[in-house]
Amino acid sequence: MATAECRPALARFWANLKAVPALFRASAFRAGSPVSDRSRSSFVFGNVFLHLHSVRVHRWTLRWATTWGLGLITLAAFLIALLTGILLMFYYKPYPAVAYDSIKDIHFVVPTGRFIRNIHRWSANLMVVAVILHMARVFYTASYRRPREFNWVVGMVLLVLTLGLSFTGYLLPWDQLAYWAITIGANIAQSPREVTDALGLTAWFDLGGLQKLLLLGSDEVGEEALIRFYLLHVMILPIALLMLLAVHFWRIRKDGGLARPEDADGRLPAPARRLFPVFTQLPQKTYHLAALVRGRTPAMGPPENTLPSLPHLFYAEAGVLMLSVFICLLLALLSDAPLKELANPAVPENPAKAPWYFLGLQELVSHSAFMGGVGIPALVMIGLGLIPFLDREERGTGDWFGGPGGASLVVRATAFGLGACILLEAFTIRFGWLRQWWPEVPQLAITVANPGTLLALAYAWYSLWVMRRFDSTRAGALALFTCFLCGFVVLTVIGYHFRGPNWDFYWSPSQWPGH
Amino acid sequence: MTHPESTQPTSRLDPERVPRRDFLGLAALWSSLAAGFVALLGILRLPKAAVLPAPSRKFRVEVPESLAPGVPFEPAGRNVTLFRDQQGSVYAISKVCTHLGCIVRTDPAGFHCPCHGSNFDSLGEVLKGPAPAPLAWFAVQRASDGTWIVNEGQTVPQGTKEG
Repeated sequence: MATAECRPALARFWANLKAVPALFRASAFRAGSPVSDRSRSSFVFGNVFLHLHSVRVHRWTLRWATTWGLGLITLAAFLIALLTGILLMFYYKPYPAVAYDSIKDIHFVVPTGRFIRNIHRWSANLMVVAVILHMARVFYTASYRRPREFNWVVGMVLLVLTLGLSFTGYLLPWDQLAYWAITIGANIAQSPREVTDALGLTAWFDLGGLQKLLLLGSDEVGEEALIRFYLLHVMILPIALLMLLAVHFWRIRKDGGLARPEDADGRLPAPARRLFPVFTQLPQKTYHLAALVRGRTPAMGPPENTLPSLPHLFYAEAGVLMLSVFICLLLALLSDAPLKELANPAVPENPAKAPWYFLGLQELVSHSAFMGGVGIPALVMIGLGLIPFLDREERGTGDWFGGPGGASLVVRATAFGLGACILLEAFTIRFGWLRQWWPEVPQLAITVANPGTLLALAYAWYSLWVMRRFDSTRAGALALFTCFLCGFVVLTVIGYHFRGPNWDFYWSPSQWPGH
Repeated sequence: MTHPESTQPTSRLDPERVPRRDFLGLAALWSSLAAGFVALLGILRLPKAAVLPAPSRKFRVEVPESLAPGVPFEPAGRNVTLFRDQQGSVYAISKVCTHLGCIVRTDPAGFHCPCHGSNFDSLGEVLKGPAPAPLAWFAVQRASDGTWIVNEGQTVPQGTKEG
């Protein structure tokens, strides 16, 4: 030291300059190289991006069958959509006269534009699929239970935001799909009028009209509407989604990581011999921490069956991220994002079909606008949101199809869910509904009793029956959620495959009459 | 009468029935929340447009004298179908579906919505499908030069004809 201080300033300057890379690395990663268990821990909680994770993670969490990585795939798809979306914003112009042309430019002129737009479209689709499967995983492993009820509700809001982002996204190209989807969407927002009209309240309380006005900024679909949906798509919804994602991840940590069965330790096989050492020794008690943190701190409990997050968890996460990127790139290479003809306010497409994830809803609104577009979705959201607060049981947490009834109940609920939905739809397609039988029937009767509401009623009745039969709210929840998934699938398939021009039933699109 | 609480000296840590500090603090908290709520309403006032930009709802059209009764006549660029009846009177029916706002297809038998399958008869009454109400009828007026003025902003009862 003394000699260094004695050296001339110029020599010290030169020595420091040569040492800059090492010094910079040391300043950026102050914990040093992650070579030991302890330095790996410091590395994780000293890094702003990594410290979302706990330093050590239970071996149950690392099993593929615990999550199938579905939440991570959703996150990865969102990040890919975020990146490609920002790239698309370089060229997209949210104005009716030029929006369609700018998408054509992106497709045909902009370097890599077509590829980037395809990735954006496929990542959005992947996100919708993954978020639904992720929800099903959390449900079927009973991971929504105390203390994770709140995170389940946050997740449901995230599902709605994901669908909102998809909806506002396919409006922007201003093609036929976009124009008529905005029209239908704005009129669904207006559909509470179906009820206020029937009750004669519209003059005083026009909720539907207010919602439509706020969405469109006008009483017609035009430039005001496009700029609003653009604002929602690139600013309001992504910011809301990012904020809630932060809450979602934070709560995973605070709620004790991923749910696992009580006897998870006993059921795990012995760790492989070359695996990094498992925490088996009880560390010294940290009394300072114990004074600050309520409950049992990790250091005070029994030996844990955990592994360091670095590398075990991070390698798995990187693998899932790469898989998601691979899926998006592959689909983007194989299939182009659709772009229909320029929006034509005089002639809707026939049939005018939404993207697949909204076709179930489109089938429901073809029975009643208010019930299909607002009433039943709200009922479903309330029903699903209540599940963790009604199911206070403990049996089966962390196990696939855990709880009374188990997998065999899920099979039976699937049969009921598919059967009830197919029967009701087949009946409606074959025999019609109230309006065809009695043309004078008041609209309120159809709003209250239509195939959609009857289906919801059948599902609710079935899950209550199952709840009584098994004497378990979890069994009722298993039945309800399975029925919900079945209804979603059946209605989506009917809307996608079996509906043709004028929303009539056809066994196959090849039978559609030519125009 | 001595209140049991007044016999003992109270300290800041003892619970008071109406804690004055808490009262002031809570009052401040709730006032700021109320102020925030009012501010939110003010913020929402902005996106609720006061002036709605839209083209004129009235238009002028020439309906051919030879138009056969019940045969639809569709002026270009407008979502309205015009008809003549047996006496030659003219009436106008909206082509905007009352279900979710798609534009219906017109043929002599009636109207068909491509989006969700509503069917209407030639007077706009619902025959089938999810439409909650019949198609709207618009006011028509004969101008002095023999053309017809259709007002899409003014709905009239079904069966109102002119001429």
